[in-house]
Amino acid sequence: MLQVNDLHVTVEGKEILKGLSLTINAGEVHAIMGPNGAGKSTLSAVIAGKDGYEVTQGSITFEGQDVLEMEIEERAQAGMLLGFQYPVEIPGVKNIYLLKSALNAIRQARGEGEMPASEFMKLVKEKLGFMKMDPSFLQRAVNEGFSGGEKKRNEILQMLVLEPKLAMLDEIDSGLDIDAMKVVADGVNSLRGQDRSILLVTHYQRLLDYIVPDKVHVLVNGRIVKTGDAELAKELEANGYEALIGESAA
Amino acid sequence: MATEEMEQLVRREYKEGFVTDIESDTLPPGLNEDTIAFISKKKGEPEWMLEWRLDAYRQWLKMEEPSWAHLDYPPIDYQAISYYSAPKRPEDGPQSLDEVDPKLLETYEKLGIPLHERAALAGVAVDAVFDSVSVTTTFKENLAEAGVIFCSISEAVRDYPELIKQYLGTVVPVADNYFAALNSAVFTDGSFVFVPKGVKCPMELSTYFRINAANTGQFERTLIVCESGAEVSYLEGCTAPMRDENQLHAAVVELVALDDAYIKYSTVQNWYPGDEDGKGGIYNFVTKRGDCRGDRSRISWTQVETGSAITWKYPSCVLRGKDSIGEFYSVAVTNGRQQADTGTKMIHIGEGTRSYIVAKGISAGRSDQSYRGMVKIGPRAKGARNFTQCDSLLIGDQCGAHTFPYQEIGNSTATIEHEATTSKIGDDQLFYCQSRGISEEDAVSMIVNGFCKDVFQELPMEFAVEAEALLSVTLEGAVG
Repeated sequence: MLQVNDLHVTVEGKEILKGLSLTINAGEVHAIMGPNGAGKSTLSAVIAGKDGYEVTQGSITFEGQDVLEMEIEERAQAGMLLGFQYPVEIPGVKNIYLLKSALNAIRQARGEGEMPASEFMKLVKEKLGFMKMDPSFLQRAVNEGFSGGEKKRNEILQMLVLEPKLAMLDEIDSGLDIDAMKVVADGVNSLRGQDRSILLVTHYQRLLDYIVPDKVHVLVNGRIVKTGDAELAKELEANGYEALIGESAA
Repeated sequence: MATEEMEQLVRREYKEGFVTDIESDTLPPGLNEDTIAFISKKKGEPEWMLEWRLDAYRQWLKMEEPSWAHLDYPPIDYQAISYYSAPKRPEDGPQSLDEVDPKLLETYEKLGIPLHERAALAGVAVDAVFDSVSVTTTFKENLAEAGVIFCSISEAVRDYPELIKQYLGTVVPVADNYFAALNSAVFTDGSFVFVPKGVKCPMELSTYFRINAANTGQFERTLIVCESGAEVSYLEGCTAPMRDENQLHAAVVELVALDDAYIKYSTVQNWYPGDEDGKGGIYNFVTKRGDCRGDRSRISWTQVETGSAITWKYPSCVLRGKDSIGEFYSVAVTNGRQQADTGTKMIHIGEGTRSYIVAKGISAGRSDQSYRGMVKIGPRAKGARNFTQCDSLLIGDQCGAHTFPYQEIGNSTATIEHEATTSKIGDDQLFYCQSRGISEEDAVSMIVNGFCKDVFQELPMEFAVEAEALLSVTLEGAVG
């Protein structure tokens, strides 16, 4: 589904990713772990198309399409969706309005018509219930005045409504207490499916107790230095990144 | 977002920039007592009205054009302006829509206000002012049944001289300021609304002003009076064709609310802003003031300002009556080389008076915008309250936004709150929306509309939709 080949990315002249390669097949859940500053968030930001990241070498393809040639919205329309570490506030714009606009933009890009209002409301209410969110959320301005936990739930709510083929979740566990993390993890797990993939970016192992990945990659200094299964995350938790960094340097 | 993308976004064409080819009856440029006598005669005015105009003119001659605003424009040559232009009509003018020059109606069609439809569908009575003469007034009869007078100010001078004498110039005196004095001398048309005691006007009243003839100044004068317990909602909309030279628009609007009366005045202003280099466009110098003369009266100004090369406009409320309320809700959008210095004045005189100000400014391109607001609380205004919220949104990095709040508090029982924010349409906000599949243009429109929501919700329903559409047009292509 997603192929990243020898990706080099610079930000303000500084090289952050230094030849990263990664393949995610349909139905797989991958976790990217690594110390601060390793370039974890850069990877998902580049795939989503954020400004300010210069790809100097390498390629990204999604279902055979050249991702780097696509506009930001085209990437979302194609099925790649980024869940933000720090979701952005948009005063005056109701959550439900953003959800509806996004869903219809994606449907239209696929040649489907707008979803009828009643069907849309039914869908949203069902997903809200799943995320244990109050319907009043829909009438509030996007992320404005939301607590950290509410923002993260809202990101997952959007994923559930928009049903991406590739969900990229950047530090979705940061700032969550244990109850909120369970709800968020349940949401993410419900996204799993044969033809859907998930890319988790996380600093800590604890999220992976709830969302068990098929593969774990350790990103250090702009490169993937080790790949393994869920056990690798536990090892990291026990021994820390330092041991691994030392190992890879040796 | 890169600057060149911003530039592209900000470029757009003025959609109402057509010129109607009608023979007009236009006075040559120049201003003197003869010009004023000509206008007064054309309007069939009584002697006292001419004297009133001449008095204003003589005072205007002694006044100086104000220079305190944060605006930059070349000096205006008042002798180079024609002060009267009327479409030539057979006889005394149309008695019904059928008699109106079809070309004129076509103009309205292009503006999106087909009179028949608008009147029928929206239940809106339209007093359409084309250049200086009121062309047609619809629904007048229905209004008359309710006892409401809605006509052009020229008709009012002839038909209701006592009301005009009683109220005209009592809110904005002839020599109030330079532009108001000029208007008092040469005003050519505008609307008059009178809602008698206890009557709630059965429909929204609306006037579309349009400047058509080249080199013509438009000086309309509007007077709205609500007697005790009366209510009215009035909307004015404005557009003007594209021309290379600048045109002057100096209007005066006076509102009078007696005990328990409520006047809601909404404006959607889309005068030609000039091209992207600042050539052409309307100079909009407007004096709008409401007088809450009666106890518990309420006056509410809502404005959506998207046009004009220069805007100088401060819709104000004089809160004289006990417990009276003044409100000002404003969205001002500037793009290209537009300059706007706009805001409000709330003058608290009576006890327990309250005022509420929500001003939203959006600057794009190389435009420059200032909010200028005054809250004055007099010594007798015990327990007066004001709340001001003033937010600026910047698009791109070449525009400017300024805030000039003035507060004069004359007693210790008053409560004043002022909140102000300045923000940029964040690349982060755009990226967030786009990464959900929404196009950049739709994202800008969504963010800007969200920013303006507090004001749009004050507009009458059918005009709120229009305002949102206008905003999208104004900022069309404003992102690359």
